[in-house]
Amino acid sequence: MAQASGGAARPVLEVEGITKAFPGVVANDDVSLTLNQGEIHCLLGENGAGKSTLVNMVFGLYRPDQGTIKVRGEEVHFEDSGDAIARGIGMVHQHFQLIPVFTVAENIILGNEVTKGAFLDLDSARRQIDSLAERYGLAVDPDATVGDLSVGEQQRVELVKALFRDADILILDEPTAVLTPGEVDDFFGVVESLTGQGKSIIFITHKLREVLAVADRITVLRAGRVVGTATAEGATQQSLANLMVGRDVVFRVDKAEADPGAPVLRTQGLRVADDRGVETVTGFDVEVKAGEIFGIAGVEGNGQRELVEAVCGMRPTAGGRVEILGQETTDWSPRKITELGVAHVPENRSKHGVVAQYTIADNLVLNRYHHRKFSQRGVRNTAAINAEAQELVEQFDVRTPGVDAVIDTLSGGNQQKVIVARELTGDLKALVVAQPTRGLDVGSIEFIHRKIIELRDRGVAVLLVSAELDEIMSLSDRIGVLYRGRLAGTVNAADATREELGLLMATGSSEGQR
Amino acid sequence: MNGARNANAGIGRAAGQVHRVLTEAWRLQPLYVSLYAILLSFVVGGVLISIIGVNPFTAYWALLRGMVGGGDEIAGSLARSVPFIGSALALAFAFRAGLFNIGAEGQLLAGGITAAYVGALSWMSDLPGIVAIPLILIAGTMGGAIWGGIPGVLRTKTGAHEVISTIMLNSLVLFGVRWMVNSRDPVVLRDTESTVPRTDPISDTAVLPELVDSQPVLHTGLFALVGICFVVAFVLKRTTFGFEVGTVGLNPHASHYAGINVNRVIVASMAASGAFAGLAAASEISGTNGFFQPGTFFLMGFDGIAIALLARTNPVAIIAAALLWGSMLSGAPLMQQEADVSIDVVRIIQAMVLLFVAADAIVRYLFRVREHDQSPFKATSIEGAV
Repeated sequence: MAQASGGAARPVLEVEGITKAFPGVVANDDVSLTLNQGEIHCLLGENGAGKSTLVNMVFGLYRPDQGTIKVRGEEVHFEDSGDAIARGIGMVHQHFQLIPVFTVAENIILGNEVTKGAFLDLDSARRQIDSLAERYGLAVDPDATVGDLSVGEQQRVELVKALFRDADILILDEPTAVLTPGEVDDFFGVVESLTGQGKSIIFITHKLREVLAVADRITVLRAGRVVGTATAEGATQQSLANLMVGRDVVFRVDKAEADPGAPVLRTQGLRVADDRGVETVTGFDVEVKAGEIFGIAGVEGNGQRELVEAVCGMRPTAGGRVEILGQETTDWSPRKITELGVAHVPENRSKHGVVAQYTIADNLVLNRYHHRKFSQRGVRNTAAINAEAQELVEQFDVRTPGVDAVIDTLSGGNQQKVIVARELTGDLKALVVAQPTRGLDVGSIEFIHRKIIELRDRGVAVLLVSAELDEIMSLSDRIGVLYRGRLAGTVNAADATREELGLLMATGSSEGQR
Repeated sequence: MNGARNANAGIGRAAGQVHRVLTEAWRLQPLYVSLYAILLSFVVGGVLISIIGVNPFTAYWALLRGMVGGGDEIAGSLARSVPFIGSALALAFAFRAGLFNIGAEGQLLAGGITAAYVGALSWMSDLPGIVAIPLILIAGTMGGAIWGGIPGVLRTKTGAHEVISTIMLNSLVLFGVRWMVNSRDPVVLRDTESTVPRTDPISDTAVLPELVDSQPVLHTGLFALVGICFVVAFVLKRTTFGFEVGTVGLNPHASHYAGINVNRVIVASMAASGAFAGLAAASEISGTNGFFQPGTFFLMGFDGIAIALLARTNPVAIIAAALLWGSMLSGAPLMQQEADVSIDVVRIIQAMVLLFVAADAIVRYLFRVREHDQSPFKATSIEGAV
């Protein structure tokens, strides 16, 4: 057992032999875990490994089938999250539970209102929030409207909300998934100041770099079981990844030298407005050649989404032009662009990528259900659709009971594999991929990366947009940095350094000033 | 020996049958809620009837005999139900495309007035029935389709929500046809020889053949509307267009991404919805009335909403739900006559049916039905702002 600094470890939370089964799957199988006072305990595992199930039981959202949970040595049986909160447990969910039109203070006191007679006592709430914020370095403006805040600020509000309820055991579910690299660093600072003042933290993630940066101890889950515990000092990214996946993981993406051909996808002075009518793509020029991967790095919100959607015909352009295979395709319909041989792996899986209520088979033909192969005289050929689906499911290693399973029952990684299977099949000329591996586990990431490189090697022009700098750097042949809607610079991936790209991303200039 | 083996095989077969029936019932589980809702409404209705001092069993017995007590009653019930099939389909089809068409009331009127106008054209009497009847039905269908298509177009071009625009279009057509049929100066569509406001009678050649001379008359429009239900079921389940409609209904963003022309699907679905109402109206004009009177279709469109939701927008289940609805209305007068319970009680029971279907949590709690699908008219969750 690891010792917390300065004395014997005092466990604040002990989970012993927890088992939880859902119909058809044992989500947690005899899982034990100890959280010591002042400790950051990382819970690491692939999607579907049972991390969320475990913490949901600790937070009273599920009840375990077997096993015990002890808080400060005392066995507890939570009926709901209210009981857990009463015991000083707080949770920050991956999807924030905030009301956008309320102010920060209103959100924080919600459900725990500070009142004076029949009225809210916002002044005293504000004072309490300010003192919490100061104590833990969580700068929040109590009077700001939550909807106006950045994602990082909203997360701080969630933390203050938990602290406001006197939580001293904090469960953070994938807290960094939504943050920019800069915000992640701030966040780590906050986490350390929390533990420094005696709070204990369970930190769920599947990002190995972060685990090594913040964890005191690490518990690795795989398929519902604890497959290893480690201290941060004794672990490496490689050893953790192997534990998580259960086999050796190749970290560097193996790829041959690119052999670029003729230009396939070109934009000139492209301008695109976002949903509010603000131009976020402000004159974007790029040329992607056959057989190369052009990676677009950049802090999110610099026009990535609008750029991708305009190129794929999903969003009208405000100016400039898009050319595919020498043909102007500006403002073509998505269907016409698809039929030209352009595939698109969308950024937002659940909004654009799949129809959640449809089967895997129907999702696999979502953009080609009307082809003669699948539809004769307007009638769907279910046999052909299922046969195609069966083939793709095998080819892309989608883990599913069958092609007629509803896609919503699959894990995020498997859903993404379905999308990738659909998009990466057929006679492609160009591929536009946005955040292809967001929220996925190591195994799925590796698989999807390999598929993208295979496509490049077959002569497809790939435009890759990702918020993960590692992904951009390991996959791309050339890297462009998108800053305020235009390319701030283009570098060869072979010569690129994190520092140079980071500077471009942050300031739009490699000299670091603007 | 041999006998025992046969018996075994027989038991095996029987067990297989039971299993098949059970799985089928399981597949239809969403409809359980509707069945229980009906049951519950009758129980509450029964309490209501006893409060006014009538034995509910006497009242319900009279109602039942009014519905299916004899050949004439059955025919009358069927006849009363036929147009409801169309008005219910009008809601159901649009619903599959994610649209809430509450304009069947107006689409019936638009279809009805078009059918009556075309049916009364002087040259119609020169045509044989085999041409004239399809013509009047197509005219009504087109009238409904246009009136249903307008809110679709408004939605795609201006973003106007179809709930608002269909309500407004209901009023527009209601007062429009009322004027057209009432006005003597100028004469628009009024039959000037009639003392009551109505249109000219349609040509004899455009009259749908009668099946039973019941009250109201049961005519061959029954086949048209029942047939349409199966066609719609096929279209939704098996065709490429049906797939587009369903996809747009479930996820318009993904549809757009996947290359489906979402606007076209919206307009087409609304027009198809209106067409079903228009067909129902035309079949009534042709088979029952022989002319157009605005009052004929009063509440029929709104009843269609209830029926469609009772059938959980399943086109085949709509046939059964419409039959229940129509025959209750058809049987109610006998209940009033024999048990002295107002016809309005049936209306109250029907309103409760809809209420219990909408508030399905009540039914699920009382009858311990597990949540399996989402109620068709609970708001679907609003997507996270991503």
